[in-house]
Amino acid sequence: MSKKKSFLAIELQIRVKPDHSGVVTDGVKHSMNPFCEIAVEEAVKLKEKKLMKEVVVVSCGPQQSQETIRTALAMGADRGIHVEVSGKDYETLGPLQVSKILAALAKKEDAQLIILGKQAIDDDCNQTGQMTAALLDWPQGTFASEVSLEKDGIKVVREIDGGLETIKISTPAVLTADLRLNTPRYATLPNIMKAKKKKIANVKPADLGVDLTSRLEVLRVDEPPQRQAGMKVETVDDLVSKLKDAGKV
Amino acid sequence: MFVQLSHTSFAMVGIFQRSLRLRTSLRQLSFHKSTSPTDILSSLVLRGRLFPICSPFVFFSFRRTLHNSNDGPKSLSDTPPPRRPFCRVTQEDLTFFRTLLPGRAITDPDLLESSNVDWLKSVKGSSEVLLRPQTTEEVSQILRYCNSRNLAVNPQGGNTGLVGGSVPVHDEIVLSTALMNNILRFDDVSGILTCQSGCILENLSLYLEERGHIMPLDLGAKGSCQIGGNVATNAGGLRLLLYGSLHGTVLGLEVVLANGQVLDCLSTLRKDNTGYDLKQLFIGSEGTLGVITAVSILCPQKPKSVNVVFLGCETFEQLLKTFQLSRSMLGEILSAFEFLDSECLNLLRTHLKLHNPISDCPFYIVIETQGSDSNHDEEKLHNFLEEAMQSSLVVDGTVATEEAKIKALWSMRERITEALTHDGFTYKYDISLPVERIYQLVTDMRQHLGERAKSVVGYGHVGDGNLHLNITSPAKNPALLAAIEPFVYEWTAKFQGSISAEHGLGLKKRNYIYYSKSSQAVALMGTIKAILDPNGILNPYKTLPDNLR
Repeated sequence: MSKKKSFLAIELQIRVKPDHSGVVTDGVKHSMNPFCEIAVEEAVKLKEKKLMKEVVVVSCGPQQSQETIRTALAMGADRGIHVEVSGKDYETLGPLQVSKILAALAKKEDAQLIILGKQAIDDDCNQTGQMTAALLDWPQGTFASEVSLEKDGIKVVREIDGGLETIKISTPAVLTADLRLNTPRYATLPNIMKAKKKKIANVKPADLGVDLTSRLEVLRVDEPPQRQAGMKVETVDDLVSKLKDAGKV
Repeated sequence: MFVQLSHTSFAMVGIFQRSLRLRTSLRQLSFHKSTSPTDILSSLVLRGRLFPICSPFVFFSFRRTLHNSNDGPKSLSDTPPPRRPFCRVTQEDLTFFRTLLPGRAITDPDLLESSNVDWLKSVKGSSEVLLRPQTTEEVSQILRYCNSRNLAVNPQGGNTGLVGGSVPVHDEIVLSTALMNNILRFDDVSGILTCQSGCILENLSLYLEERGHIMPLDLGAKGSCQIGGNVATNAGGLRLLLYGSLHGTVLGLEVVLANGQVLDCLSTLRKDNTGYDLKQLFIGSEGTLGVITAVSILCPQKPKSVNVVFLGCETFEQLLKTFQLSRSMLGEILSAFEFLDSECLNLLRTHLKLHNPISDCPFYIVIETQGSDSNHDEEKLHNFLEEAMQSSLVVDGTVATEEAKIKALWSMRERITEALTHDGFTYKYDISLPVERIYQLVTDMRQHLGERAKSVVGYGHVGDGNLHLNITSPAKNPALLAAIEPFVYEWTAKFQGSISAEHGLGLKKRNYIYYSKSSQAVALMGTIKAILDPNGILNPYKTLPDNLR
């Protein structure tokens, strides 16, 4: 099972809401989190190697999440589950809530392996994978840059500050994908066409018995301070006098 | 941001201007007619100003220089034109410029270097003065002065042109618009932007994007090229298919004429049929009829939805049918239709390690759609793709809707120029042909050249009928050049094509004009030039042929 998150596309200009309560998301394009793409690619690869039977992609969010699920289906996933969360609930949806949803789904679907992106690039939390593993009491291989399924477990090479760490964990397990795990494939036209026919099931958090109340309160969102424009001077003397004026020299 | 190599649809005639440098060096050594070519060579080598010139071709031009003989076929553009009898810059002149432009009249040879050499590093002038005015009035005073003193002037924008039109040939004064980079007005109801000619295209794009609009043209050189230069060369680019050429989108110009007179045609009206439309003369005039100082241009709305598709086709006929299908099913949202052949992809793979997003095919297409509603566009696109796949016009493909993926797919087309530079010495041709003939030139050229060339590739704006034919060889090869030209020009002329679709003539292609224009037409161009610039000081040696019949 592979979980992906929709987030605001990176190249867009992000605007803070006038009341500083958050970021403007209306009418803004959502895309698949790049680390989630890597996770989907890994899952599809495992299926192609016949090590996994079925790849199910899950996304939690409003109607638009379906698009992201379709992209994953076009990459080779077999079916999708859209957990519908919208409005206020979606704004406060955080790693804890998502991991509860995933844990519930994993039990329901009898999943053997959950692969997530290591973190979402909109909130940079890096918590969902770890929390999901804790809720299920499953081992976790996070920041994976290499994954190999062996007879007695999964060997995971992890990217850590000091270098690389290799661990072996038993299944069922949770993995989170890091940048160097693979290069996600392009969804080719024939697969995009096929994906249209694949099933996406619709589920509500309540059906899974998950309580979405957040324990976090966002106090304020601010833009980073505006970068001051530089100044050009014509001569070195000018430069020195300006530096002196500013008290830097 | 200087224009980097990740680049686009430019092509250049691969005529080598090394002999130009040689002549300049020669001038500095006084030599006698009896001196043998070898003596000249050795003295030049000792002076350390040489790069390898051991090809027999250069000896050939040597012989012509020394003995003025007429042996051998006339190479139309390889010979740099001799210096016309303009005056040379004196101390008095420098004083005038320095008073007029304090701190902005540059004579330091190190600073002049970049203005004397073109982007391709293929031609070099020997200007000793670089002027950087900030206002139209300053440009007017400069030209009035130069006209009265019979000093030649080379207007220069971003210096990204590929036909040697933006750098001096001899010691022309470089008139740079780099400091004329103010945006004057933007009306967001009509989308009309008015700005000085030195504004960099990318900066204009960024400014407009914040206001819900975009520039009507886009090219790989956008980080360095200036709008004045774009207009002076009637630049085409990647969006021409949807928004048309600058002849349509430019609403007004402010131009300073050779005698310093300021011609104010800076209208911001969509419609104005009051007399002859003078601005059209200057669009594409390559700096030879006047110096453009301000531009008003109609800017389209920024599209809410952009999609890029990368497709693979088995044959060029199927590619053309796909084009027809895209026009009928995508119609108003089709903003770019580019093609590349499998050889291009091999170069991208070999030199830039770019992988094919789809399976290997003989031809590839990059299609871009732009529209105001992503749901509608996606539906149109999906219908088109389904139809294309079902009728087997297209054998494979992929779609991108996000910025990062869109950039990745576009780079398959935009970085071909860069890949070519790694493949060897490149002979570049920018040809306009009837759409159905475009690839025939590539196959005919391949057959014609056989083993003599390393790679022969074709790519370009197939939607606009514009082919970029590139031929590489491990090193500069005069025998190869002789096989390519005039074959390519004659082939083009046979089908009434253009020997320079979008790059202009500049220095390198000026003498090929007769392949695409009649003598009468060229003669009339000469007449107009003589009226507007009687002393011929504006960008001499460019655009019009040496021997105006």
